Amino acid sequence: MKWFWCLFFAFWPTLTVALCLASPGLGWWFPGEAASPLGQRIDDLFYLILIICTIAFIGTQAGLAYVLFRGAYDTEPEAVTKKAWHSHGSHELEVIWSVIPAIVLLFIAFYQMDVWAEYRVKSAFPRDKMETALKRVNQKRTTKDSLALAEVTARQFEWLIRYPGFNDDGTLKPLMKDPQPTDLYAVNDLHLPASAPVMINLRTMDVQHSFFLPELRIKQDAVPGLTIPIWLEANKQQTYQLLCAELCGWGHYKMKARFVAESDENFIEYLRQLEREQNEDRVDDEPEPSDE
Amino acid sequence: MSSVAATADSAGHDHDHGHHAHVDDHLALLKAVPFWSTDHKVIGIQFLLTTLVMMMVGGALALGVRWQLAFPWENMPIIGAFFPASAGGQVTPEFYTMLFTMHATVMIFLVIIPVLAGAFGNFLIPLMIGADDMAFPLLNALSFWVMLPAIFFFGMSFVWNDGWGPNAGPGAGWTSYPALSAIKAAAPGSGWAQFWWLMGVTCVGFSSMMGSINYMTTIINMRAPGMTLLRMPLTIWGMFITAVLQAFALPVLTAAGFMLVADRTLGTCFFIPSGLVVNNAAPTVGGGQTLLWQHLFWFYSHPAVYIMVLPAMGMVSDMLACMSRKPIFGYKPMVYSLAAIAGLGFIVWGHHMFISGMNPALGMTFMISTIMIALPSAVKVFNWIGTIWGGKPEFNVIFLNCVAFVSMFIVGGLSGIFMAAVPVDIYIHDTYFIVAHFHYVLFGSTLFAVFGAIHFWYPKMFGRFMSEGWGKLHFFLTFIGFNGTFFPMHLLGVAGMPRRYADPYLYPYLEHLLPLNQFMTVSAAVMGFAQFILIGNFIFSLFSSRKAGRNPWNANGLEWHAPSPPGHGNFDIPAVVYRGPYEYSSPEHDSDYWPQAEVPKPVVEHESETTPKIAPA
Repeated sequence: MKWFWCLFFAFWPTLTVALCLASPGLGWWFPGEAASPLGQRIDDLFYLILIICTIAFIGTQAGLAYVLFRGAYDTEPEAVTKKAWHSHGSHELEVIWSVIPAIVLLFIAFYQMDVWAEYRVKSAFPRDKMETALKRVNQKRTTKDSLALAEVTARQFEWLIRYPGFNDDGTLKPLMKDPQPTDLYAVNDLHLPASAPVMINLRTMDVQHSFFLPELRIKQDAVPGLTIPIWLEANKQQTYQLLCAELCGWGHYKMKARFVAESDENFIEYLRQLEREQNEDRVDDEPEPSDE
Repeated sequence: MSSVAATADSAGHDHDHGHHAHVDDHLALLKAVPFWSTDHKVIGIQFLLTTLVMMMVGGALALGVRWQLAFPWENMPIIGAFFPASAGGQVTPEFYTMLFTMHATVMIFLVIIPVLAGAFGNFLIPLMIGADDMAFPLLNALSFWVMLPAIFFFGMSFVWNDGWGPNAGPGAGWTSYPALSAIKAAAPGSGWAQFWWLMGVTCVGFSSMMGSINYMTTIINMRAPGMTLLRMPLTIWGMFITAVLQAFALPVLTAAGFMLVADRTLGTCFFIPSGLVVNNAAPTVGGGQTLLWQHLFWFYSHPAVYIMVLPAMGMVSDMLACMSRKPIFGYKPMVYSLAAIAGLGFIVWGHHMFISGMNPALGMTFMISTIMIALPSAVKVFNWIGTIWGGKPEFNVIFLNCVAFVSMFIVGGLSGIFMAAVPVDIYIHDTYFIVAHFHYVLFGSTLFAVFGAIHFWYPKMFGRFMSEGWGKLHFFLTFIGFNGTFFPMHLLGVAGMPRRYADPYLYPYLEHLLPLNQFMTVSAAVMGFAQFILIGNFIFSLFSSRKAGRNPWNANGLEWHAPSPPGHGNFDIPAVVYRGPYEYSSPEHDSDYWPQAEVPKPVVEHESETTPKIAPA
């Protein structure tokens, strides 16, 4: 029976590793390649930790399996009269297996700093690239104005999106902190230029929510009372999923929206369309029979 | 409360008359269970029985969650009839939020913390240090009885939420972040149900605090002669450090709980910022900060994670050493690493808040401290493996559960590194990866340790063995069901499936995870039903199994020096400690164990080093 248990404990880690190797093929892995440069760096860090942890996992589980097999031999009838090894431990071993993990762990910690700083620390944001992107969509702003191109406000259970409106000369206004009469609004539909870092301001109107773009590996809580800047950069012109990741009430699961990354022209055209829809009072409309 | 010297005397003699009547009656303790008692052993068993019942309740709640994830919006079979509000027993989203909230609440506050600190802490601490009882027996009894109002309050939150209803229940998660938990209009479960929930948590807090004070005082003051700090079994070290953690961290949660109650009832605004528009109601007044709750909550609840695992680590160390017939490998590093985990545990709470919007510079400091927690954890794992190394293990239920503890703790510990690394945490935060991680630590490690501990100390509690065959079957099914349920959660997390979603399949990129979820639900059901074997084994062994003597495992601890079950006052022969608890297979001794209380033979040369200053009475 003891051999059965030895095999039992050796079998599970093996199965685990096998399952993880098979998972990407079975679709139980990341939802596609990271769709943003920062997301790709997050994935790289994930794989780095995965490799280190896999080595540690296999090492420790193999060590455990070895001592179990050894122990099983030592309880065979011919070895029964012998006492177990009387050892209170080894100072050298303790030092070795403290120092090596410590070095590895500190390496992991410090190696991650850059990506984190770039994601969240304002002074490390790719400012220049953002300014270029804003110039491309023809936004007229002073250095004091926000770099954000949209404000995303979470509420139970939808995402309200506020864009700046247009000046009379056709250029895009900067996004103001407070709502402006010319602002443009959309619900559950975030459009932004692709292939450039763009910033949005994240707020919530009621409880805590979390802005989650799984394909871009971006997540940020929307905290009552705070306006949090986040920047993102979609690699491709494509529609991505936008979810809420922080429990926000019974309808948490259905806070579904989309994020459309598109060309600069399409983005401006989308804003123009929003403007037309919002300013349309339909007073002068000819009655269209087919519409009714 | 007796002094150290008095303990040795009174333990043996004052209560001697009572002993012999009780020793043979293996049901004596059980008979006393339903009644008021200030005996630490009775209180421990009261805690144990309560937590086992609560474990079944918490497990049933989890199965409700799993049902919805495997068969979304389909009516629950059989038990569905008990939920008349949703026709046929459909898991509505409101009900779903309540299910996972209460699953976590019950499992954390009513199962894991009380089973370790309450049940085993109470039962073992005086026995293992050679005391006749806790320092404050009355306070100790109260620590159990305060659990009952907590259970009542949690029960009320199930059924009373602005009126009686089957679909009531707090729906803000066990973390209860404001504003969801602070503003009544925020969610269907944010009314009275949330209030009851807070009352329940407060009561559990009182219970833990009473235990914590008791454990610290008892361990510091009431050790038997010769029981120096570095001769204490690691179980006692685990319990002691846990008690210290609780004493320092718990008041913060209790204070936060009162602040939240004040926000809800008195109109204060600790946690509610101004200008919120909740559920189309007028803007709230405020000036508070929801992040404050997160800081206060996690300042307790992160150390609570260690409260939920340190005693288990201690118990596993003792059991592994005994079952392998070997001294624990590296006793001092084990003690220091327990202390290091606890110390670091206080400065890592912010890793729950990496993406919460707190100052990003804090993210970096919390990342380093969090990652460094892996270090003492790794030292412990290596030492456990070292303990089995060269041992002669007996592959019984206890040993199997302990090996499962080590094996599962490795998985849980390593997956912790992923979320300690902030950039990776950006993606996996609030996904099932987190759920996988903490179930590996809390169920995979802690509960396996508890299962092992139940089998190990059952003979001491009731004077009889639990059935080995049923125990192994329970272990086998639980281990397979556990891994089948929780390992795939890592994959769900990597696939980006968020936690707390009543219907993840609303999102196209998660649709293909349905079969995996169904597999996990079947595994969870297997695991859930396996627990009936444990309960059955526990009950039937009281009547029908082999009787156990004083020291059925040939173990060294002081608790095996007392009769099984111990009478009132614990020790019929005064316990005096001559050596550390891990002298297994010593070449200086004939048998392969050398109890702490065994009087050294006069001829032994090293005697002068090991003889305590205080001679036995």
